[in-house]
Amino acid sequence: MSVELTGAEITVRCLQEEGVNYIFGYPGGAVLFIYDELFKQDKVKHILVRHEQAALHAADGYARSSKNVGVALVTSGPGVTNAVTGIATAYMDSIPLVVISGQVPTAAIGQDAFQEVDTVGITRPCVKHNFLVKDITELASTIKKAFYIASSGRPGPVLVDIPKDVTQQKTVFAYPSSVSMRSYNPVVDGNSRQIKKAAQLILSAKRPMIYSGGGVILDNASDALTELVRLLNFPCTNTLMGLGGYPATDKRFVGMLGMHGTYEANMAMQYCDVLIAVGARFDDRVIGNPKHFYSEERKIIHIDIDPSSISKRVKVDVPIVGSVSEVLKELIKLIKASREETDAHALKEWWKQIDLWRERDCLRYDRTSAVIKPQMVVEKLYAVTKGDAFITSDVGQHQMWAAQFYQFDKPRRWINSGGLGTMGFGLPSAMGVQLANPKGVVACITGEASIQMCIQELSTCKQYQLPLKIINLNNRYMGMVRQWQEFFHGNRYSESYMNALPDFVKLAESYGHVGMKIEKPEDVEAALKEAFKLKERLVFMDFITDQTENVFPMVPGGKGLSEMILV
Amino acid sequence: MRHIISLLMENEAGALSRVAGLFSARGYNIESLNVAPTEDPTLSRMTLVTIGSDEVIEQITKQLNKLIEVVKIVDLSEGDHIERELMLVKIRAIDSDRDEVKRLADIFRGNIIDVTDKSYTIELTGTSSKLDAFLATIERNMILETIRTGASGLGRGERILKL
Ligand SMILES: Cc1ncc(C[n+]2csc(CCOP(=O)(O)OP(=O)(O)O)c2C)c(N)n1
Repeated sequence: MSVELTGAEITVRCLQEEGVNYIFGYPGGAVLFIYDELFKQDKVKHILVRHEQAALHAADGYARSSKNVGVALVTSGPGVTNAVTGIATAYMDSIPLVVISGQVPTAAIGQDAFQEVDTVGITRPCVKHNFLVKDITELASTIKKAFYIASSGRPGPVLVDIPKDVTQQKTVFAYPSSVSMRSYNPVVDGNSRQIKKAAQLILSAKRPMIYSGGGVILDNASDALTELVRLLNFPCTNTLMGLGGYPATDKRFVGMLGMHGTYEANMAMQYCDVLIAVGARFDDRVIGNPKHFYSEERKIIHIDIDPSSISKRVKVDVPIVGSVSEVLKELIKLIKASREETDAHALKEWWKQIDLWRERDCLRYDRTSAVIKPQMVVEKLYAVTKGDAFITSDVGQHQMWAAQFYQFDKPRRWINSGGLGTMGFGLPSAMGVQLANPKGVVACITGEASIQMCIQELSTCKQYQLPLKIINLNNRYMGMVRQWQEFFHGNRYSESYMNALPDFVKLAESYGHVGMKIEKPEDVEAALKEAFKLKERLVFMDFITDQTENVFPMVPGGKGLSEMILV
Repeated sequence: MRHIISLLMENEAGALSRVAGLFSARGYNIESLNVAPTEDPTLSRMTLVTIGSDEVIEQITKQLNKLIEVVKIVDLSEGDHIERELMLVKIRAIDSDRDEVKRLADIFRGNIIDVTDKSYTIELTGTSSKLDAFLATIERNMILETIRTGASGLGRGERILKL
């Protein structure tokens, strides 16, 4: 007779079968049997965070910076509710995660038991899918499905809720080698007729523009995208989520687009005649007011894995549903084989126009300032790390400056919460990035408000000796909030001043790390060099920056892309 | 425009709440919704009546399709279809009203399925608008109680929603 395993053993065995290296979590009553099994093995290493939100962000950073599914483990009740922010963050950015949550015993469900919440109900709107496993014989196949659903199609977080009694019961363990679900069959290949149409439209373009988003990163399509852009010599812009999808230092790259995008990227978006959207979703932060966007005529090709992303906010002319990497490869083949060519003359004129827009130098700032300009810190960081670091960020002005001034040439190097905009994401996600890339240089660009939302993770970093570099752009304000209040609320800085800040140097030191405070522009570079020399240590760098600096360009809410406020 | 959407989904706990949650989260209308297992007990079939512009209906079908448990979906109103709804209505019927109510029930091909000396309960099936029409003929204060199932439907002829 084959041996029977407990549900807890099965859970851990499944993770091993999936090749999971790290699981980020926090124990509690409902998951004690699972923790017991984790204790007895060493294939799956558990990283103990200090708050469940951080477990999710760390798993998320792990997934974004590798090509793997991130895995988190939390207990029932408050463990789950703490995790919700992290789950929603991953959901909005389509990050593949498997979240295992403990639940009260099956018989206690619905009894308002201690630490009971309706986990499946609470997380339903912010997961790709979730399961409550009531029958131990379905545990292994459910976990298999969870990994499959999380990582296929448009990726996303999948939660598996396991009641405590199920982790104790026994059954024979067999991990399914494959999954087939009649109700879930994501497409891969694009419709070849549509791809042909797209190729023709591309070749006929006079003022083309390629706009690519997070889908290119998620589908590992940067090489294909780069090949296409170079083949055509078209301008290319990336969304906040798509940075690194096309090399930022290439001359065809016109910068990020959107609310804080470059002048040239936004103008080219507005005035192109053929727009090729790849793995992007025309969200409100990207195209501003859709009515204004419609006021110029253009043909739009939209390549995306998710049919519901197509024609959601903007009507498109050539929709192509499929894996963006596969579709791009097909497109490249067709264009290479075509006897037609792009209109070289028109393209030259278009580039001339774009270069004129570029001359506006929309990202300029005062380089002679006597106080530290945040942009300068990011530029120096870029230089000191030779553009080769993994950069995570929190949410606010610092995030936009990081996106504007650190030039990402490779995918999966820029890790930020684009969709949900979750303050507190930067530090814990950096932990996951560092674990996924033990030899990589990892920096977290943050603000003094954001960093305090998950500051407790400095302790986790100490425990696992994660040598992160924290770049705190300390303007003593919730800068992004202050900027909106300055522009749209008559300079009434309601509750956006950060009072009673801790001494970050001492704080870092008390957690056993190195702290540095930098107050003068001339010290920035040397300090960064010194910090990055400390390869084994976490260094918290507190940069005292200009309090009044704003992020430009800016497309105000409700305005069109060409209606930017410029410096 | 009014659309009648029919879907096959896994007969699993939670599938219905995913559909309902989708509609409330995205601010779509539900006029009516009904669901029951099919001849294949692993599948349920749901009929949803909703109102929206073409763009909204396109998003609704796409978003429904994205739900992992939804197996197949068809917008019945895109083609020829048959639609039926069941209504039970209890009507106050005394004196001369008794004949009048009975006559109306006959005209609408309703069945009287419960009788007291003060009321008739009538069972009526038909399209939703036929049921509306029936109710419109009865004086408001005579209607004691109504219950409607919401529309169910099938495509005509060869239009079949099956695995
Ligand atoms: C959890 C959460 N709460 C509130 C906000 C709204 N918000 C966006 S940016 C911001 C200020 C961030 O301040 P800081 O971290 O100091 O960065 P700065 O803008 O100054 O660079 C706030 C409060 C948010 N994005 N996330």
